[in-house]
Amino acid sequence: MSTTHFSEIDSSAQSIRFLDEKARNVVLFLIVSGVFWLLFGSLLALLASIKMHAPDWLGQWSFLTFGRVRPLHLNTMVYGWASMTGAGVALWLLSRMLRVAIPMRPYIAGVTVIWNLALVVGSFQILAGYTRGIEWLEFPVSTMIVIVWCILVIGIAAMLMLFNRNVQTLYVSVWYLIAAFLWLPLLGGVSSLPIFNTPTVQAGMNWWFAHNALGLWFTPIGLAAAYYFIPKVIGRPIYSYGLSLLGFWGLALFYNWNGFHHLIGSPLPTWFITISIAASVMMIIPVIVVAVNHHMTIVGSFSAVKYSPTLRFVVFAAMSYTFVSLQGSIQALRSVNEVIHFTHFVVAHAHIGMYAFVTMMLFGSCYYILPRLTNWEWQSGKLIKLHFWLTALGIILYTFPLQVGGVLQGLAMNNPDITFSDTVTMTIPYLITRSVAGVMLTAGHLIFAYLVIRIVARVGLRPAVPESWNPKLEEARS
Amino acid sequence: MIRNWILLFGIVAMFAAAMVGLTILPKIVVDPRVEEVDFGNTFEIVQGHAIYVREGCIYCHSMQVRPEGFGADFERGWGRASEVEDYRNLTPHLLGTMRTGPDLSNIGARQPSADWHYTHLFQPRSMLPGSIMPPYPWLFEVVNEDARPGRQGINLPEAYRIPGKKVLPTDEARYLVAFLLSLNQETPGVD
Repeated sequence: MSTTHFSEIDSSAQSIRFLDEKARNVVLFLIVSGVFWLLFGSLLALLASIKMHAPDWLGQWSFLTFGRVRPLHLNTMVYGWASMTGAGVALWLLSRMLRVAIPMRPYIAGVTVIWNLALVVGSFQILAGYTRGIEWLEFPVSTMIVIVWCILVIGIAAMLMLFNRNVQTLYVSVWYLIAAFLWLPLLGGVSSLPIFNTPTVQAGMNWWFAHNALGLWFTPIGLAAAYYFIPKVIGRPIYSYGLSLLGFWGLALFYNWNGFHHLIGSPLPTWFITISIAASVMMIIPVIVVAVNHHMTIVGSFSAVKYSPTLRFVVFAAMSYTFVSLQGSIQALRSVNEVIHFTHFVVAHAHIGMYAFVTMMLFGSCYYILPRLTNWEWQSGKLIKLHFWLTALGIILYTFPLQVGGVLQGLAMNNPDITFSDTVTMTIPYLITRSVAGVMLTAGHLIFAYLVIRIVARVGLRPAVPESWNPKLEEARS
Repeated sequence: MIRNWILLFGIVAMFAAAMVGLTILPKIVVDPRVEEVDFGNTFEIVQGHAIYVREGCIYCHSMQVRPEGFGADFERGWGRASEVEDYRNLTPHLLGTMRTGPDLSNIGARQPSADWHYTHLFQPRSMLPGSIMPPYPWLFEVVNEDARPGRQGINLPEAYRIPGKKVLPTDEARYLVAFLLSLNQETPGVD
């Protein structure tokens, strides 16, 4: 048993062209849809962020109130941008790694249309006040079921690829992607069951779902991309098959049990919460294992991040994954949670996960995949660089000050000598900083959308060599 | 092919184990404690709960008091530690995860004045100058001073008054305030 080296399976250009030809329409449709929801979600994010320090701004319209804009921001980013683009990236990765064309293409295109429509309907529902009222599950159940069903259909295509594959060994990225396509429909189905709609039990289901949506859907897709692109771009095999195995099954075993650490201090029976705290701490094992595996793969080739846009985004994302996961394990401890629970710290933490890890990973994946699908080139290396710095610095400016502010807010909240209104006013500078960071991130997204439109529409001149930040690099596309 | 099935089985088994542990088991443990309790929720309270959900109050207000000694919830007068029976048999649950604003588990006891709530909902900064809570003007009607004789407008401070107009709470505002006032840990059931 040895690690599958990419050069072995990607040796025949003829067949890769064929696979990309078949993948083109469905994967582009999913990615372009995702980018649309990224822009819409960014607009909502800015509205919500500014409203936190300017509460009377646009305050006269019920559909733009903070309590509706904020959940819609989360839902469009999660079920629009990250899920759609993630599904597109996942399909393309599976097609490449299993050496089989994406099946059921008309069905996938069809469900992408339905998925987009469901998101439009869900957006109107939340803004009009027809929310389900559960964090991460604000779309009404009927709308959510449609979205889950769309992902299920794409998941069936993924399973068909697994069973009809033309390679012997399954690379680690395949395990993660297959798991993700099994887990999300299961999660979506279970969370929609009416049996969990009883008081307090629903809170448990709520956080079991919300944490698993990240841990069992976005994290596997993100890690699959990291496992694929890091060795691919630098041209070296992954460091250790054994560590990959340990990292994958460790995640499958422990991540499932993490959800209740969101309920520390709540009236739910303490022993459930304690199990989740233990599982959260155990997550250190798969996280460190994955980090070591990636680090040992890239060590010595690190300078490649200077030349490859893909690698730069992917490495930033992989490092963020290690950081945010270790932070999460520490946050789950009761003594730490006592301070940071109910504060802006957790919001910043969630953005390190969903943005600095998942979103940056998807950006990196798109920079690799789109030229191969469109047979065209990115129009501007400068703009890619600007996109990277705006989003990377933007998310650091977002999260770091807000986490400092969150800790101060938590300490103040736990000190009864400080009035509650002081714990509110003291956070305002950090909230304003977040709005500034949000403008940077949105600017990055606009640049990315512009580049995506240019490459998908194949506008402009086709550069003679692939877009790279090293003029001397004559590396051709695979 | 066997490898495929081992992989798929392992993936689903891991999921199923945690699903039983974190959703089915809590249901078996918690449900019997909640089923029997009759809170006598009135029409106003049920409607008010729905408006609380609709306006997304949960994104800034928690409704769970941590036990004494864990945080300063008790010292702040937010009430005793919450119990699973406290949630008035209303779903969706409103435990919340943020305290951008204060916890509301005991708001009915801490601020029993309906008038205060009306004014605060119409314009939070009229009651609490440093507040960052959004205003909810669509829960109110602004009418001429002489309209609807016999109905008194809400009591706004001078700076927020609209000349020649009075502000009347709509039914939605009344329901929401009825729900808020029902959040009183000292009297869990309404007879």
